[in-house]
Amino acid sequence: MKHTLTVLVENQAGVLSKISGLFSRRGFNIDSLAVGVTNDPKLSRMTIVADGDDYVLEQLEKQLNKLIPVIKVKAFEEGNYISRELALIKVNCTTQKRPELMKLAEMMSAKVADVGQSTVTIEFCDTAEKGEVLINLLKPYGIREIVKTGTIAIEKGAASVTS
Amino acid sequence: MINGAEIMVKCLENEGVSVIFGYPGAAICPFYDALLDSDIRHVLVRQEQNAVHAASGYARSIGKPGVCVATSGPGATNMITGIATAYTDSIPIIAITGQVRSDLLGRDVFQEADITGACEPFVKHSYLVKDTADLPRVFKEAFHIATTGRPGPVLIDVPIDIQQNKLEEFVYPEKANIPGYKPNVKGHAVQIKRAAQLIRESSRPIIVAGGGVLTSGVKLKLVDFAVTTGIPVVSTMMGIGVMPSEHRLYLGMLGSHGKGVANRAIHESDLLIVCGARLGDRAVAAPDQVSERSKIIHIDIDPAEIGKNIKTTVPIVGDMRDIMERLPKEVGDYHVPKMWDETVERWKTELFKIPQTFEGYVEPRGFVAALSKMLPSKAILVADVGQNQIWCANNFRIKEGRFLTTGGMGTMGYSIPAAIGAKFARPTREVVVVCGDGSFQMGMNELGTIAQNHMNIKIVIMRNVRLGMVRELQKNLYKGRYSATMLDDEAPDFQKIAEAYHIPSAFASTNEEAEKIAAEMLKSDSSFMLVCNVSPDTPSI
Repeated sequence: MKHTLTVLVENQAGVLSKISGLFSRRGFNIDSLAVGVTNDPKLSRMTIVADGDDYVLEQLEKQLNKLIPVIKVKAFEEGNYISRELALIKVNCTTQKRPELMKLAEMMSAKVADVGQSTVTIEFCDTAEKGEVLINLLKPYGIREIVKTGTIAIEKGAASVTS
Repeated sequence: MINGAEIMVKCLENEGVSVIFGYPGAAICPFYDALLDSDIRHVLVRQEQNAVHAASGYARSIGKPGVCVATSGPGATNMITGIATAYTDSIPIIAITGQVRSDLLGRDVFQEADITGACEPFVKHSYLVKDTADLPRVFKEAFHIATTGRPGPVLIDVPIDIQQNKLEEFVYPEKANIPGYKPNVKGHAVQIKRAAQLIRESSRPIIVAGGGVLTSGVKLKLVDFAVTTGIPVVSTMMGIGVMPSEHRLYLGMLGSHGKGVANRAIHESDLLIVCGARLGDRAVAAPDQVSERSKIIHIDIDPAEIGKNIKTTVPIVGDMRDIMERLPKEVGDYHVPKMWDETVERWKTELFKIPQTFEGYVEPRGFVAALSKMLPSKAILVADVGQNQIWCANNFRIKEGRFLTTGGMGTMGYSIPAAIGAKFARPTREVVVVCGDGSFQMGMNELGTIAQNHMNIKIVIMRNVRLGMVRELQKNLYKGRYSATMLDDEAPDFQKIAEAYHIPSAFASTNEEAEKIAAEMLKSDSSFMLVCNVSPDTPSI
């Protein structure tokens, strides 16, 4: 089962390696990890999507909490949060096919970020699941490259990570 | 003006450090230079790993953090096993390492090693100091982190230029303020009430005491609680000493290498009260079966230990000191049923059996029992790792003293350096090492430290010319195909090694001889080595 966690950490050197090291040595599987500084420049916030049962999730939270630079760990409840992932997808596209691809992009609310002689790069920002849908639709064109940011997530409404 | 190295020494003085264990090198030279002007005593060990073990023995004997120092590169990497050992046994250690110049970090210069990176899995926290001005805060935080919550080692890596740079003045912070570190010491009132309820409803409860009880310094409270309620006590290896071995309610060490009655008591109980123990695989081999049969109250300061190894009915996160203050009050005047009392009484008579002897050899289990009866009440016995550890764990009749050994990591070579640390912590106590001929040869370079400091440490070597524990494993699980577990019958001559360090010694091949020599050696106030000839066929249990 997939779990989305948000982790508030001190913004200092080595924190990322502490966290990624913890995951690998305790055998937790990370699907994605995204990190960026918060409105307080002393703090960074990570969004981690990990796979595992309830035992794994409990251990994950507890072990993360043991790391000194970790200030807060919160596992999001299904349906209570908004998540986004940015993907750039470069697909094969001849001039003849271009209008069709543009139409598809529009239908999916994706943007065309770059157009080349034989390729088009689509920019897509939505949930990871919707990203997968788009990628499947683009497969027939021939996908050259995909690059993703990893999921970031925030709770709905007034709830915050520190509340 | 004051330089970084002087600041480091001042920080240690401010923390009340009086003894440190270490080994110098180029990158830590400024610190060693500043140390000359301090009253802090430095004990020069013979290898850096042993500096950490000595700090561990020191910390465990006195209840204050142990401090050890090494240089960059190999000095630091040699420390890793010691640090990992202290980590699994939850011992408060401050490990200080020198590092290459901060502007050269990452260039693979001479004796550079990424020690904070390498130690990541084995430290409670670590610092690579990049600014001299950070040193006071870092030391304050390090001591706070190492000694509070679940104790553990903290590493401070200090590049040589950070030791050399100067500040206008030294100000030591009064408090550590770490936003992500707030250990929960106070047990939740509702959970304590629920636990008390379970205890009152139980008919065959048992206390499983671990190292956390000793760390919190509440063994006497635990004994009181056990006596008032009649609840019997078993201990993990790290918990040996929570109760005197001869106490009517103490049923020995549990686990794969523990006492049969201790394991039977666990099996037949309906409630386990686990106190400051993580219940690793050597303590409870099949935790699922235990949690199916019995209810479990798990008290630990580390929330991550609760539910990790065994399913829990009532978890209590907190310091044993707090819980032992409050739980007995909630339990009230409960006493175990008479039937359970009688069962425990019967088991107690089976706890210490007279082991089978082998002609021409010292029977180690019988000898450990006899030796411990000769020791003063507060003696510290340090066991190494291997069969000697199990012989000691199961047969040392502890009274008010300590039993030091490495339970989690099982690091061979621990006993001699740990004993050195223990003796520096408790100079008036009798400190006795029991090791095998394998483990002795992993730590024997420290005889140099013992001799140089004119220490009084008694060393008993159980010589069976085998790596006995592994050999036993090969006998039982590998059909007697003995692979690489044979030592040399001819060499070394342990007594000649003792002589080289001016340590008197003797050899025994019967229990009678061994006991006579032991009685003599305990009268003297210098170190002594007793080599006991032990049969390779003597089992661990």
